[in-house]
Amino acid sequence: MDIKTILLLIPLLPLAGSAVAGLLRHQVGRAGAHSVTILAVGGSFALSAWVALQVFTTDWQVLNYTVYEWAVVDGITFEVGFLIDSLTALMMTVVTFVSFMVHVYTIGYMKDDPGYQRFFSYINLFTFAMLMLVMANNFLQLFFGWEAVGLVSYLLIGFWFRKESAVRANLKAFLVNRAGDFGLLLGVAAVLMYMGSLDYAEVFAAAPDVAGETMSVFGGIEWSVMTFICIALFIGAMGKSAQVPLHVWLPDSMEGPTPISALIHAATMVTAGIFMVARLSPLYELSGTALSFILIIGAITALFMGLVGIVQNDIKRVVAYSTLSQLGYMTVALGASAYSVAIFHLMTHAFFKALLFLGAGSVIIAMHHKQDMREMGGLARIMPITAVTAWIGSLALIGFPFTAGFFSKDIIIESVKVADRTGAGFATFAVYAGVVVTALYTFRMLYLTFHGKSRADAETLSHAQESPWVVTLPLILLAIPSLFIGWLTVEPLLFGGALSDAINVAAARDPLVHVGEHFHGATAFALHGFVTPVFWLAMLGVAIATWVYLFQPSVAAAVKQRLHPVWAVLDRKYFFDEFYQRVVVGGGLKLAGFFSERGDRTLIDGWMVHGSARLVGAVSSRLRTVQTGFLYHYAFAMIIGLVALVFAFVLLKG
Amino acid sequence: MNAMNWPILSLIVWLPIVAGVAILFVSEARAALGKTIALVASLVALLLTIVAISGFDMTTAAMQFQEKAVWIEAFSIHYHLGVDGLSLPLIALTALITVIVVIAGWAIRDRVSQYMGAFLILSGLMSGMFAALDAMLFYVFFEAMLVPMFLIIGIWGGPNRILATIKFFLFTFFGSVFMLVGLIWLYLQAGSFAVADLHQLPLSLNAQIWIFLAFLIAFAVKVPMWPVHTWLPDAHVEAPTGGSVVLAAVMLKIGGYGFVRYSLPIAPDGAAALDWLVIGLSLVAIVYIGFVALAQRDMKKLIAYSSISHMGFVTLGMFLTFAIVQNTGQTDGAVLGISGAMVQMISHGFISGAMFLAVGVLYDRVHSREISAYGGVANTMPWFAMFAVLFFMANSGLPGTSGFVGEFMVILAAFKADFWFAFFAAMTLILGASYSLWLVKRVFYGEVANDNVASLSDLGAREWTVMVVLAVFTLGLGLWPYPLIEMMEPSVANLVDHITTTKINP
Repeated sequence: MDIKTILLLIPLLPLAGSAVAGLLRHQVGRAGAHSVTILAVGGSFALSAWVALQVFTTDWQVLNYTVYEWAVVDGITFEVGFLIDSLTALMMTVVTFVSFMVHVYTIGYMKDDPGYQRFFSYINLFTFAMLMLVMANNFLQLFFGWEAVGLVSYLLIGFWFRKESAVRANLKAFLVNRAGDFGLLLGVAAVLMYMGSLDYAEVFAAAPDVAGETMSVFGGIEWSVMTFICIALFIGAMGKSAQVPLHVWLPDSMEGPTPISALIHAATMVTAGIFMVARLSPLYELSGTALSFILIIGAITALFMGLVGIVQNDIKRVVAYSTLSQLGYMTVALGASAYSVAIFHLMTHAFFKALLFLGAGSVIIAMHHKQDMREMGGLARIMPITAVTAWIGSLALIGFPFTAGFFSKDIIIESVKVADRTGAGFATFAVYAGVVVTALYTFRMLYLTFHGKSRADAETLSHAQESPWVVTLPLILLAIPSLFIGWLTVEPLLFGGALSDAINVAAARDPLVHVGEHFHGATAFALHGFVTPVFWLAMLGVAIATWVYLFQPSVAAAVKQRLHPVWAVLDRKYFFDEFYQRVVVGGGLKLAGFFSERGDRTLIDGWMVHGSARLVGAVSSRLRTVQTGFLYHYAFAMIIGLVALVFAFVLLKG
Repeated sequence: MNAMNWPILSLIVWLPIVAGVAILFVSEARAALGKTIALVASLVALLLTIVAISGFDMTTAAMQFQEKAVWIEAFSIHYHLGVDGLSLPLIALTALITVIVVIAGWAIRDRVSQYMGAFLILSGLMSGMFAALDAMLFYVFFEAMLVPMFLIIGIWGGPNRILATIKFFLFTFFGSVFMLVGLIWLYLQAGSFAVADLHQLPLSLNAQIWIFLAFLIAFAVKVPMWPVHTWLPDAHVEAPTGGSVVLAAVMLKIGGYGFVRYSLPIAPDGAAALDWLVIGLSLVAIVYIGFVALAQRDMKKLIAYSSISHMGFVTLGMFLTFAIVQNTGQTDGAVLGISGAMVQMISHGFISGAMFLAVGVLYDRVHSREISAYGGVANTMPWFAMFAVLFFMANSGLPGTSGFVGEFMVILAAFKADFWFAFFAAMTLILGASYSLWLVKRVFYGEVANDNVASLSDLGAREWTVMVVLAVFTLGLGLWPYPLIEMMEPSVANLVDHITTTKINP
């Protein structure tokens, strides 16, 4: 097969699968739906892996071509096209692999759900949309994929559409993302205006010439065009990758079924913003201001969202806040110009976070869809596979040496330390402090769920058992890369230049150059990892969690009481939701009501329209005799009037 | 110039009118006959537009398929038809929507033959208006069109239909009087009503401003633009489903078409002088009306306000040219803006038509347009919910649907004119999604709200047909707008050339 055919099949297989499972849901039945969609995504994964193999192991020339022309207007060609380089190949493989695992897992997780086929249709559609996003070679298709994954996320968060909390959450998710897309769209418009194209390659080529230009936006203040573009685009990333203050939708997205929390709201879609900034690194490298902005936003998210994770009791919400925090780490890496490290963490995180979510899902199945960790405990004895894989995911999450998360997180911290730009000091503090916090909430979750005495009621406990193989197999298959993928790939990806055809930072600005001076192979690096401050900070977090949640449960309550104001602020998530609900939503609706009632009804209709109508009415009351109330009389009168006008005009002219 | 040897445009215009008049006399007892004639006639008209499109030369801005005959010699008024890339897509849209309303109106019980007749006549008149190349002929179609729509709302409308029809009539008639005066004045200058002659007529700046204002009033009411928009929600609420569909899908496009065919080319310097006014009103429409839509409790009103807000993109896109030239010193982006406006008109035809049909589907079953009368409809009508989510997503400008294309192009062009134009226009991303998806949430999601919703039955075959057709067009135009834009491009480019050249008397 021709390589272009293969590349086209990769997104189209899941699209076709989605159509079959969705539109022919009654014809194909449940087994038909999951067979078709799993075959589709499995095929897509196999082809992606093959492409990745070609890209990383052969002398691959970056492939950048047009699939079809979307529109040609005003000298601009808008197109759908693919850019296949190392970054794309990596993303395609990660996306299709996690998606494949989640598809299999779903057979077990959703087996009693009446919307079984619909669910498979949606996750196949999601895979298509995400692939279109990462394979894009231009901003138009990026935006298409961007909003398409948003659509599927909306449909999946609201999958159980009877549940008020679910449909509230999906509307919130879509609208918050739209607020981000508002920035993204303006950024795209600026790109077109100043670079004259939406094609990545052409934009990158034109960017250096634009670097010095300024534009006047806010009352005569001159902005660097490049800074405007980068920040506007990043606002889109803040929505999709849930960075403070546009993060509020992600915890609520947990209202959706757990498989999609793993796939969309942890491993793939939410990393689209990270991917985009890395993809556009040639632009971001031209604006130090934008990078500082990114660095600070990422640092805030990494630390403060992790803190909220400590006080959550819903197992999925702990993992969700952990996701926010980890996305913050990736963003920090972007801000430090360590784009490839961000992508590396994106990849390792995709595996271990999908694993943790699916593990949480496995627990939720055993607990009969209860998610409160206060009613769990001691589950390790009942579900050993889930417990062991959850431990593996947790160790990777806290960055225990040799696990996948260790390599990516450690190098992020090292990169931030050597980054030389505004905000780097704060970011360094945040990522160090974040290590303690991560270890604390992660082990709190492990202990509360799997260890100690069971707090579940007897009824639930009597039914609790290890999940079926369709659930545990994906856990095992995700646990393997969570352990080894970092050790295997850190050297080629970060120091071997495997991503250099996509991400290229000038050596003087590249933090990896400094980090690389101390890097002598993955094993040596990991061994050294045991004696770094980062490791001891993580152990501190683990120790606190062990003491409080395993040995002295009373301490937690005491601390909560002693530090009540702090606890309250964390519990209310810094009042972001209250603020948005009251000020933005409440204010918007008040404004809407005011415009509708006072503007349209009172001012325009009341005064202007009916006011003049009354005036006319007064004048024409003498003509009242002509009004008969029959419509056709009016219609007839109109035509007479028309003829009379023309006639009058004839006379005038004659 | 006529690529065909037979008067295809006249057939497109007059076939529905003749068939429509014939059906008017079909008695109630033989309603099936009337419906069949209506369906056949509308399908033949659609087929004729497809023939016209396939024979259309996409490489030229010249008028094609022209037909010309003297009508009133004393005033050199001609029966003159012809189409270019601006009008042919609108004629095709008219023909398509007519087929849709005929199918959708199949179950009408009251005076069904007359109902079908009125729609066919209306369809022919609208096509005639788009195809007219003589200003007086245009005016006659423009006014005549009011009559069938007036009757459709007045006879098959809701309880407050009389008030709504009077408001509808007064607004539009009020506007068109100014246009008539303007046309007569132009005739006195040019000695001709031929659109082409008027385009070439040199005029002083002062004269252009007056002409521009006279036309603006007529077209602004039709679009409708803020603040002369309040007739539209009332008309929609009272109109029967088919009336709303035609009103939103086709009649609102008359204003936009008037701008590109009359206002801009006849008075380009006037338009350049007053572009700030139109752009300002467009942005008010997008933002202010977006908020007003959010406050609506009646589904039809909400969609009506949404239409006004979306039409803001049409007028915005059309008037960006002058600001772009002023800001960047060149015309790059002007074609993008006007093409975007034209695409938005076609797209809105599909989407608003589909949304009004969706409300009709619910109204036929429950007899309420109130959002609060529903809830959890997706439980009992899952397929219908799928279509509704698609169309409301399209309405909120989702990429991949036609709703995205025009807005995207206009926003890109607006950025070239002024950052703030793009900023306010882009607010539609948030506002459009808010009112569209909030409606979806309240009507379709949640538990089954009441017994009415519990007893709903999913789409019937006829409803499926119209939904599928509109879904195909919405997605087709969203995924591949290339052919439509290709068809328009020469005419739009020609228009931009024309309006950026001054017409002021030396």
